[in-house]
Amino acid sequence: MWKFVVRRILIMIPQLVVLSILVFILAKVMPGDALSGLVETPGVDSSTIEDMRTTLGINDPVHVQYLNWIKGLSQGDLGTSYIHQRPVLELLEARLWNTVYLSAAILFLTYLIAIPLGITAGRFHDSLIDKLIVGYNYITYATPLFIFALLMLFVFGFQLQWFPTGGSADINLEPGTFSYYMDKIYHLLLPALSGALLATVGTIQYLRNEIIDTKMKDFIKTAKSKGVPEAKIYSHHILRNSFLPIAAFLGYEITGLITGSIFLESIFSYPGIGQLFLQSISQRDFSVVTALVMVTGVATLIGTLLSDIILSLVDPRIRVE
Amino acid sequence: MSNDDILLQVEDLTTSFRIDEQFYPANDHINLDVYENEIVAIVGESGCGKSAFGHSIMGMHHQEQTKISGKIHFKGVDLLSYSNTQLNKVRGKEISMIFQDPLTALNPLMIVGKQIEEGMKYHTKLSKNKRKQKAIEILNEVKIPQPERVYSQYPHELSGGMRQRIVIAIAIACEPSLIIADEPTTALDVTIQARIIDLLKELKRRMKTSIILITHDLGVVSEMADRIAVMYAGEFVEIGEVKRFLKNPLHPYSKSLLYSLPSKNNQGEKLHVIKGVVPSLNHLQRQGCRFKPRMNGTDDSIHEETPTLREVEKGHWVRCTCYKHFHIENSHQVVEEEKDDVFQGQ
Ligand SMILES: Nc1ncnc2c1ncn2[C@@H]1O[C@H](COP(=O)(O)OP(=O)(O)OP(=O)(O)O)[C@@H](O)[C@H]1O
Ligand code: SF4
Ligand SMILES: [Mg+2]
Repeated sequence: MWKFVVRRILIMIPQLVVLSILVFILAKVMPGDALSGLVETPGVDSSTIEDMRTTLGINDPVHVQYLNWIKGLSQGDLGTSYIHQRPVLELLEARLWNTVYLSAAILFLTYLIAIPLGITAGRFHDSLIDKLIVGYNYITYATPLFIFALLMLFVFGFQLQWFPTGGSADINLEPGTFSYYMDKIYHLLLPALSGALLATVGTIQYLRNEIIDTKMKDFIKTAKSKGVPEAKIYSHHILRNSFLPIAAFLGYEITGLITGSIFLESIFSYPGIGQLFLQSISQRDFSVVTALVMVTGVATLIGTLLSDIILSLVDPRIRVE
Repeated sequence: MSNDDILLQVEDLTTSFRIDEQFYPANDHINLDVYENEIVAIVGESGCGKSAFGHSIMGMHHQEQTKISGKIHFKGVDLLSYSNTQLNKVRGKEISMIFQDPLTALNPLMIVGKQIEEGMKYHTKLSKNKRKQKAIEILNEVKIPQPERVYSQYPHELSGGMRQRIVIAIAIACEPSLIIADEPTTALDVTIQARIIDLLKELKRRMKTSIILITHDLGVVSEMADRIAVMYAGEFVEIGEVKRFLKNPLHPYSKSLLYSLPSKNNQGEKLHVIKGVVPSLNHLQRQGCRFKPRMNGTDDSIHEETPTLREVEKGHWVRCTCYKHFHIENSHQVVEEEKDDVFQGQ
């Protein structure tokens, strides 16, 4: 088991290298650099800028720049935002955690809704309840996230006023107190629910299909022929086997969450990295965009890592070579 | 064999499957007795209804897709009158099953020891430790080396032959009085087949279990079975003792099955091939003799339109009145000789 985990983490190293090269190239091909913004600034002539470029290493050969960039990254130096005039890391930190909370909440709610529905649909497939669940799936699949989120915001935020309509916590509350955390959760609920209600599609569909498939498997017949009652056949044999693809799906799910958060955070004015991403693109704050792409890439890699580790925990076949 | 020795009595069993909102019988008014401590082989081509029969006995069919009528007497009760919950007390304890494909018959996520023990949880009051002890004993009985180690291994860590031994171990875990073995050796290669056959024979001898052996391999039949029942298109067409049957098969379909096997005596010759295939359930002609469309013509003057299963000599039943006139081209009188020779090359 541990061997597998270590090996799997080692695999991440080349993945990270490739990711970083891609992001670096992306950063290079983007128009302008950290100093372009100064060109038009009165009192700064172009030779000064050229000097600054040399001191900053922008005129070094590409591979030197890449290595310097990596060195910076490993020390937490993600560059400087020239819009905010602050280190990107500082800008990211608080927002990154907000996005992590939001994503975790969405993931939690998604599974909370999807797992019981998927199991019910699979177990009673072709029954009325199954048809209703599949119907719900079609509807959520066809609904665009931003329209749905706007609708939720309008109905539950503005009309009914059950939930706050923006921000991540009440600024009057002392950070670290119990009521501060409760308020954070309160702010999370509506965006998380909006995301989760649509994100259930994949999990429900996979779980349902997997259960229907597994029900037909020979080893289920074996269990039945032993005299195992039906409820136990589900809990001991069918469910565990049916959860495999859900675990495998987790990495993909996390990638989806990050993309989803771009819309959700903007609509709910939730200060996370998704919102920052959209802002930075429109303001051409490329050092921030680059850093965010890197962060998302790493999150995706971590997601697949988690998937694989969970899979190896449930499926003994994966642990061997 | 007297009536007192009857363990299982199948009476007028009809099992129909739903195909497009209609039910078609895959077993049509079947009768068969299984005695204590005997091995009955059910043979026939693919699709003739052998598995449907085996599954009916244990109530393994999908309830909405299947209609079953008739009676299945087992130890004084009619299993067809049992509810699913009542059947769960019979399954695994009184009657158990061995499946064809050891690759798929085991749960890939459960150690094999637990799979062997599982039935005991529902049929015995043994403690957890006792169950484990018993499972290891059973692993020993099915000749698994290092049973303690194998106990906590997963199916994918074992070879095909070993896995089939596990499947057998599961079936015998609660010492049932009847085992339905549905093609227990078909998925294995020849040398392993032979060992599994030996194991089954030994277990049967020791545990005095009856076995319904479903197979289309007459070699396996001659090795193991006491009696044989030949099935065609959902009906038994011939039932008899294996020794006599192999020497003197009476039904044209039985003869065809035997003559279509390779043997020493027909080396280099073209094998007899039965023309056509078993019709599918919804295309089967159910009037008259079901084998007729696959015969090379019959002499109508001596031919009976709708033959029934008749006892032509003690314990030998045939569903064809004109078998005496029936002749197969290329047929050899090889069956008179040593039957072991006949089935070489199986
Ligand atoms: N659940 C089902 N629904 C519809 N038809 C079925 C079902 N199960 C079996 N059949 C049909 O019933 C007939 C008998 O099938 P069965 O599985 O009993 O054959 P078999 O003799 O065991 O063949 P094989 O040697 O291939 O295992 C076949 O025509 C098959 O297609
Ligand atoms: S009854 Fe007639 S058609 Fe049927 S098997 Fe016998 S000879 Fe052939
Ligand atoms: Mg079969």
